[in-house]
Amino acid sequence: MPSEPNHILEFPGGYTRSTGPVIGRFLTELRAGRIVGVRTAARKVLVPPLEYDPETGEPTLTTPGQTGPVRDPVREPALSYDFVEVGPAGTVREWTWVDPPRKNHPLDRPFAWALIRLDGADTSLVHAVDAGTVKAMRAGLRVWPRWRPDRVGSITDIECFVPEVTTIVANVRTAYTVTPGGALGRYLDGLSRNVFLAGQCPTCRSVYVPYRLSCPQCGSVIDDEVEVGPGGSVTTFAINNLPDPRAPQVPFVSAYILLDGADIPIIALLAEVPAGEVAEGMRVRAVFEGGTVKWFAPEREA
Amino acid sequence: MGHRCAVIGVGQTHYTTRRRDVSMAGLVREAALRALEDAGLTFADIDAVVIGKAPDLFEGVMMPEAYLADALGAAGKPMTRVHTAGSVGGSTALVGASLIQGGVHDRVLVVAYEKQSESNATWALSTHLPFTSSLVVGAGGYFAPHIRDYMRRSGAPGHVGALVAVKDRLNALKNPYAHLKIPGIDRAMVESTPMLWEPIRYLETCPSSDGACAMVLSSERAVTGTPAWVHGGAMRSEPIFRAGRDTVSPQAGIDCAADVYRQAGVTDPRRDLDVAEVYVPFSWYEPMWLENLGFCGVNEGWKLTEAGATALDGDIPWNASGGVLSSNPIGASGLIRFAEAALQVRGMAGEHQVDGARKALGHAYGGGAQFFAMWIVGAEKP
Repeated sequence: MPSEPNHILEFPGGYTRSTGPVIGRFLTELRAGRIVGVRTAARKVLVPPLEYDPETGEPTLTTPGQTGPVRDPVREPALSYDFVEVGPAGTVREWTWVDPPRKNHPLDRPFAWALIRLDGADTSLVHAVDAGTVKAMRAGLRVWPRWRPDRVGSITDIECFVPEVTTIVANVRTAYTVTPGGALGRYLDGLSRNVFLAGQCPTCRSVYVPYRLSCPQCGSVIDDEVEVGPGGSVTTFAINNLPDPRAPQVPFVSAYILLDGADIPIIALLAEVPAGEVAEGMRVRAVFEGGTVKWFAPEREA
Repeated sequence: MGHRCAVIGVGQTHYTTRRRDVSMAGLVREAALRALEDAGLTFADIDAVVIGKAPDLFEGVMMPEAYLADALGAAGKPMTRVHTAGSVGGSTALVGASLIQGGVHDRVLVVAYEKQSESNATWALSTHLPFTSSLVVGAGGYFAPHIRDYMRRSGAPGHVGALVAVKDRLNALKNPYAHLKIPGIDRAMVESTPMLWEPIRYLETCPSSDGACAMVLSSERAVTGTPAWVHGGAMRSEPIFRAGRDTVSPQAGIDCAADVYRQAGVTDPRRDLDVAEVYVPFSWYEPMWLENLGFCGVNEGWKLTEAGATALDGDIPWNASGGVLSSNPIGASGLIRFAEAALQVRGMAGEHQVDGARKALGHAYGGGAQFFAMWIVGAEKP
């Protein structure tokens, strides 16, 4: 960091600058929220506009709509400057990332200095790009000016450029009021008493848990309620290394557990055992907490 | 089966992690225009549009078919949305084909897509329903236990999954539309990647892709260009919760295959088919589906994989395109299988063309392996 100065030299009130016919027009247009360049005799559009063509050294005066040699404006007053509105969007050609910004930089957060080729221009303009993150910066990035509301006729009337809108965030949130139906209500009521309620199909005799009112295989009405578990066997399982809000610590084991007396496994969290020690056929037992199943754990020898 | 139906145009987008340059409408239109171009037709030549995609929660756009009608030139035409989870691409093709086979239309545009980058499919598949302690984390979390069960039952050596992961990614290097391109991929590289849902490793998993696929289906009298003829098509489903359900080799898959083989006159799929595009989102599903689809006996699938039978130069190449393991815009993945089967018998598969392919299987499955869709296409008229 530069050291703190111990001597200041400053002209009181600041120097003035006469802008001349070209820069003045550019700044006046900026104040009006527009960006203009000037077209040279070679039909190139310079942005920012210049009074003298850097390629020829001649004034950037032309007969509008014509290409030809440049003449002396004093002797040929019919000549004029061909101002062309450009942009307002442009394309980043080159850029460098500034992090952290200094006190007198245009933005108080990390940003890019960029050479921006405005649409319709043949030269590039240096300005700041507020991209949020360096990852958003690339050559070819499309950017638009962010105008200040209180413009005075200065290049800083454009606060900075910002990337084009390419993505919007659509928050989709649906709120439900859910109440368990008859069958699920009975099942939950059972869980609150630390009991797994199941239903037995009167036709195919299969025992379904959670308790349900019809057989998914044959469609028969089930009204035969039986208790299953709370012990059971692991039929198969996954060791999950991606965390989930319901099991934030990894690895965690999600296991298919065939409760004693049931004909269909349920899938649940298996805990209190290192993941590497879980095996098919392992005996497990439900651990209840607060009127529901907290998880399953290996059955302990009595 | 009714009237003959042929695939006369196929269009795909280049599958990739993020297509930030296009809207969903722009994405499906890109595939549709390529399919129309392949058929030498325009939207004006299309009688009806059938669109498929996986659950709306993936992008959070409810009823996207309404929004996408304009982009697919469907104004004033019948437009149908199909949804059968991961198998939806296959089901979409079959619904479209049935409109031709039933004599309702002469030309049907079928399109399927997913723009996974707009959200997170694992989140969408892991929503916590009230009143249940059921714990499934994403598709991998759902399928991992069934893969483990297969490994235990079949006694398959642990490296077979890695062999499929390598084979399909090497095939993908020959497919210009494939998403994952991993030059030099080998078994050691796959086995060095972490377990996401043990026994599924990172490189044994499909990618998340943005993409769309489209086909133009035609009646016999309206055929243009090079047709792939539909020899059979079938769909089956089964309840996900059913006592005694075999989650490793679901009955619905066995029944669906038997139906489509009967229609196409296939008695021995390994011998009678030249190439198969089968929905394998996790590498172990290749040996599992080899058995479910009757390419070999029970518990023998891994031996075909290990012997190289399913490689591009094997006797029955599976997923010459690189498959779902290399490109997975979920809703489109099934349609891509069906489209790649058609490209093979049209002789238009490019660098991953299987020489002399005359008859090909396209396959898709979805949900908890409870929806199945299959078709067989051939170079000759059925």
